[in-house]
Amino acid sequence: MSSAADRRPFALQALLTAFIVLWLVVAAFPFLWTFWGSFKVEGDFFSKADWMNAITGPLTLAETGGRLTGAGYYGAWVQENFWRAALNSGIVVVSVVCISLAFGTLGGYALSRSTYRYAFWLLIVALICRAMPPITLVSGYLLPFFEWNLWGHLPTAIVVLVAINQPFTLWMLTSFFRNIPKDLDESAMVDGCSRFQAFRYVIIPVMWPGVITTGLFSFLLAYNDFAVTALILSKENQTMIPKIAGFLGTTQTKGNVMFAVSSVVSVTAPLFILVMFFQRQIVSGLTAGAVKG
Amino acid sequence: MKHRTFIWFILPSALAMFVFIVMPIVSVLVQSVYAPHEQVVREVESCSVFGCTKSTQVDQEATKALRDAEPLGRFVGGDIYSDRNHLAVSEIAAAWRSSPRLGSFVQQVLNLPFYGALAFTLTYTALVTPLSLILGFVVALGVNAMPRLLRGGLIFVSLLPMIVTPLIGALILFWMVDARGILGSAIQYVVGDPSLSVKASTPLMWTMLIVYGVWSSAPFAFVVYYAGLQTVPQDTLESAMIDGANRWERIRYVVIPHLLPLTTFMALIKIMDNFRVFEPIVSFNAAAHAQSLSYFIYSDLGGETRLLSSAAATSMLTIVGVVILLSPVLMRTWRSFGRSAA
Repeated sequence: MSSAADRRPFALQALLTAFIVLWLVVAAFPFLWTFWGSFKVEGDFFSKADWMNAITGPLTLAETGGRLTGAGYYGAWVQENFWRAALNSGIVVVSVVCISLAFGTLGGYALSRSTYRYAFWLLIVALICRAMPPITLVSGYLLPFFEWNLWGHLPTAIVVLVAINQPFTLWMLTSFFRNIPKDLDESAMVDGCSRFQAFRYVIIPVMWPGVITTGLFSFLLAYNDFAVTALILSKENQTMIPKIAGFLGTTQTKGNVMFAVSSVVSVTAPLFILVMFFQRQIVSGLTAGAVKG
Repeated sequence: MKHRTFIWFILPSALAMFVFIVMPIVSVLVQSVYAPHEQVVREVESCSVFGCTKSTQVDQEATKALRDAEPLGRFVGGDIYSDRNHLAVSEIAAAWRSSPRLGSFVQQVLNLPFYGALAFTLTYTALVTPLSLILGFVVALGVNAMPRLLRGGLIFVSLLPMIVTPLIGALILFWMVDARGILGSAIQYVVGDPSLSVKASTPLMWTMLIVYGVWSSAPFAFVVYYAGLQTVPQDTLESAMIDGANRWERIRYVVIPHLLPLTTFMALIKIMDNFRVFEPIVSFNAAAHAQSLSYFIYSDLGGETRLLSSAAATSMLTIVGVVILLSPVLMRTWRSFGRSAA
């Protein structure tokens, strides 16, 4: 692929390389810094005396007897019951991904195969719904949820997140299903399948790459959500992200920011693993709408 | 596809969106024209040896009964929209009459909570959207110039700021710019002012929020531009070179036109996302210096007294804002669809 048009003069190549190195530092350093700092005590992580303390950790050595300490993790996971929030997050995320994919594949398939005008307008309505800030919707939920005693429970949050997820899921899956040739299911219908049988026996076996990619984004949306889960879940049912925000409110005064730091690292770790394994799908998902659009 | 089959396929998804997106908007609209009931006050006469005195007292039972009977509250029409915390009609009129110059008028308007939040939200959207697109474009050019072997790792690292939870990404940055954190100390060292603190200064806080915004949304632009660069027509590039176009002209007349449709798509997505900026303000604890519309709603909804009506009014105004922002796109889609259908 290195055609003549690709060749760059040395100075330009050097400039671009330097820029990329700088960008790598900007993109990755905050995470490395926080990861390393989460094994220190607060006096080192926020060091008034010398920023090098956060790396060498003299106070950590003095307070705990070792250069690294797991005190922050112990405090967050055991003392402050972060494991419960993690469990809640797990329940919410798995349910949201499964339900929104089930709804989304059916809807996306229908939208991709319909030639009528209303299919187009449904997609436009979904786009407008996608643009609504979730918090504006939450202010509509609270009063009815209080009245009907739905507020605070995990299933409520799951249903709400599924709905907020739908517009995006529909858009993405519609564009994936458009790439599956129409002839495939139409020939099955010529052979006597009903529409649903064609979907079941012909489309489902070939749709998984698109579904997995969409599922990743549903996962991220549910996992990263703060606006909905913070306001709709009661304290016992909190998921991880609102729990961390809660740490900041209560424990900053107690001087235990390290709980928050260690739980931040705990929440970030699964995301790293996710990107590591599914980088290709994430990239293709991000570009799917754009390159064709 | 037949109408009947279409309906069955789309039903679960459409129902979910109708009940949890369309209905809440209706609910917000209704709530925003009702205010909570005032307490029922009753006059009681208490007599003692020194004579009788009249006093007023809150009738708890009657208040509770009224609130249970009509949970929505009393109808107030557009009063909540025009009060001081929202459109502040009378305050603006007063400010207009009292201020001699335009500058002081603007100053007074921006001190009103709703307009302050609107100003920050719009500034954030207007700055973060183009800056993150530019940064993403340059990073894409850079990664594209690296050896093929390194690119996988580079993409991995570049995706991180976007994938990580917004609340958490912002927290990580916030801890670093804390006066006792590494970036905070670095800034103090560079400026030569050891008492400088991001938490205490409004301009610095705005800058940090915007830096966070660019940091977290550049990766999206990077990935899309990078994918776009892979599909730049090589033949056109080479023929442009044969025709004597230099490097800059090739970028200007071949690469950029090729990437332009991607840019409009991303600008649309990013404007929608940036307009709802919320989590970084929670993480940075920035409410004293910068509020966004979403944060404004959040602070009404959270807390001890849930100001549902006030939050609903702000939500309605935000929704109107979103529709105004989207209207050019909608108009264009409308027209292009009309053309393709005709």
